[in-house]
Amino acid sequence: MELVFKWEWLPQLGRGLVLTVELTAACISMGAVLGLLLAIARLYARGPIYWLASAYVHFFRGTPLLVQLFMVHFGLAGWGISFTPLVSGIIAMGLNTAAYQAEYFRGAIQAVKRGQTMAALSLGMTWWQTIRYVILPQALRLVLPAWSNELVYMLKYTSIVYLIGLPDLMGVGRTIASTNFRFFEVYAVVALIYLALVLIITFGLRLVEARIKVPGLGAVRQ
Amino acid sequence: MTAGDWRGLVEGIPSLLGGLGINLQILLGLIALGFFAGIVVALIQVYAPRPLAAVAIGYEWFFRGVPEMVLLMLVYFGLRQFHVPISPFIAAVIALGLRSSAYQSQIFRGAIQAVGSNQMMAALSVGMTRFQAIRHVILPQALRLSIPPWSNEFSSVLKDTTLTSAIGVIEVFKRARFIMGRNYALALPTFMVVALFFLALTYLGNWGLGALERRYRIPGLEAKGAGERF
Amino acid sequence: MSLLVVEDLHKRYGKEEVLRGVSFTLEPGETKVIIGPSGTGKSTLLRCINRLTEPDRGRIWLNGEEITSPRVNIYRIRAQIGFVFQDFNLFTHLTALDNVRLGLIRVKRMPKREATERALRELARVGLADKANAYPAQLSGGQQQRVSIARALAMDPKLILFDEPTSALDPELIGEVLEVMIELAKGGMTMLVVTHEMGFARSVADEIIFMEKGVIVEQGPPEAIFTRPKVPRTAEFLRKITEFYGEQG
Ligand SMILES: Nc1ncnc2c1ncn2[C@@H]1O[C@H](COP(=O)(O)OP(=O)(O)OP(=O)(O)O)[C@@H](O)[C@H]1O
Ligand SMILES: [Mg+2]
Repeated sequence: MELVFKWEWLPQLGRGLVLTVELTAACISMGAVLGLLLAIARLYARGPIYWLASAYVHFFRGTPLLVQLFMVHFGLAGWGISFTPLVSGIIAMGLNTAAYQAEYFRGAIQAVKRGQTMAALSLGMTWWQTIRYVILPQALRLVLPAWSNELVYMLKYTSIVYLIGLPDLMGVGRTIASTNFRFFEVYAVVALIYLALVLIITFGLRLVEARIKVPGLGAVRQ
Repeated sequence: MTAGDWRGLVEGIPSLLGGLGINLQILLGLIALGFFAGIVVALIQVYAPRPLAAVAIGYEWFFRGVPEMVLLMLVYFGLRQFHVPISPFIAAVIALGLRSSAYQSQIFRGAIQAVGSNQMMAALSVGMTRFQAIRHVILPQALRLSIPPWSNEFSSVLKDTTLTSAIGVIEVFKRARFIMGRNYALALPTFMVVALFFLALTYLGNWGLGALERRYRIPGLEAKGAGERF
Repeated sequence: MSLLVVEDLHKRYGKEEVLRGVSFTLEPGETKVIIGPSGTGKSTLLRCINRLTEPDRGRIWLNGEEITSPRVNIYRIRAQIGFVFQDFNLFTHLTALDNVRLGLIRVKRMPKREATERALRELARVGLADKANAYPAQLSGGQQQRVSIARALAMDPKLILFDEPTSALDPELIGEVLEVMIELAKGGMTMLVVTHEMGFARSVADEIIFMEKGVIVEQGPPEAIFTRPKVPRTAEFLRKITEFYGEQG
């Protein structure tokens, strides 16, 4: 059993890596904005807005991301609405992570004690000011550990976009592997690059967590 | 959609259901593998001597840090490259099972630590061996505490079985792609049907696990619901 | 003119009628103490006064303005009514200084420098100038409650509502909070205080209100209530509470 490795693979993989990182950043930020709105809708809205937000969260959490990606890219195209693979990838994964992030935000907002809201309102703050200056600063600190899990999860999950033709890290690896018939070696290198990225993100976010830590506002970590 | 499209959609459903059966078989296999390997890894992490525990932690990091898709490719095409005659199905169970064992070990480790060392001391003090203590005192409590976070892992791996289409398992998503290949207008409704299958299975699974948790609930031994995506 | 007029307040939670027609007034500079058994609706009454809880029926006037009217800007009203909670409710993520400043900056739109000066003055007034940069978790219960009083004072309230401000405190920390409250009362602040501290009630209150089961059973000057209550229930309650808490303060 002989292993083969060529240095020329690395710059190619590097280009794939850039796309992977960009894709992750785009969908995670889209998901954060949408997720926060969904969380607020599920906590404070009544009637149709509440129901729509809940149905959204249940649907996107209960069905495979792969199916969602194909619905957006091929399904809609079949009905005359088509996006480039990059746009489809960002939309599908952004919509998906929004549902998960919504649940983290909701949990964290609920974990902020009720007395905090009462105290803010008793000073004459409006609902929006209360959310903006009292609830969110606490909830965002509480949510960070769960949120960093989600970031790692999405980073890994962007690897499915090669199926709609995007040359991300996984996609480039697949091309190199099948043209050279060196599957084990190439996928092992790809795996290690993902792993390194995951470690960087995880420890980077722990540093952030430590920086913004406030006594008495413990973020629960498993 | 035309009447013909509708007929095509309905005619595709038996094939989709057949594919779903394959997903469930993979699910069963990978969960079983992940469960037993996960318990072993967790026990090593908590009770084994330092170097061995460190290896177990490295194992967990590796399988949690590498994308499912890459693991599938690595196991299936990697082994094939060295002429190991592995089927896509078995490769799927192994790759996803090992991945799940890492996540499940994290769950079990948390639960074992939540049970606490006082329970171990109490068990040893009545003359049990360490193995007996783990078997009869620690695990019965830890497994109960594991059910809520475990149900997250369950719904996560359930959905991940669709990834196995990428190494050639002819499961439900692959079959949906066949249908799409024949008629593009059917893509959206077909994927919708597949999505609804999974939605139903997710709820069925969570309901079953909820029932399991209630069945084995012991007053005073409550799990703190984690609600995270593992 | 009375500073606060409460008229026929009603509130129910589901089947339970928590307030069943409560009326009283508060004059400027006056301190009134509300006493009564647990679950009687004292907290509910206070929360209705700044509409953290909406009353079902009844009206409230502050300085002649009806604040139960649907057209009133309730945020402006709340800024004029201080509230001190049993469990402090200091903002967990903010230092003592920021806790006191937040309302000034966001509600009163005061420039930051001015707000800081004002906040530091209020912290000094409750004896905590040196704790300005501490987070709530780094303060004792008594210190936290004093910060929360400073937070209320900074807003220049016309009236402060206290809901059992010392009930969550260890006995040795109660004194420092009561001292601050006594100073306020002497300084002419209008206060409505729910408390089980009978010593404080007796020596500081201008009037005592005894509430039970959602109604005011008896009210009057402390001497009258403590020495010759008209209603037997009042006497019984006072006897029990003194056995329970003693009569320090
Ligand atoms: N938000 C709420 N929802 C439902 N019931 C409530 C709510 N708030 C208070 N209650 C009920 O109303 C009743 C009066 O409560 P309240 O807190 O006003 O009493 P209290 O006189 O302040 O008692 P304590 O001395 O124990 O603080 C209680 O029976 C309580 O259970
Ligand atoms: Mg109360």
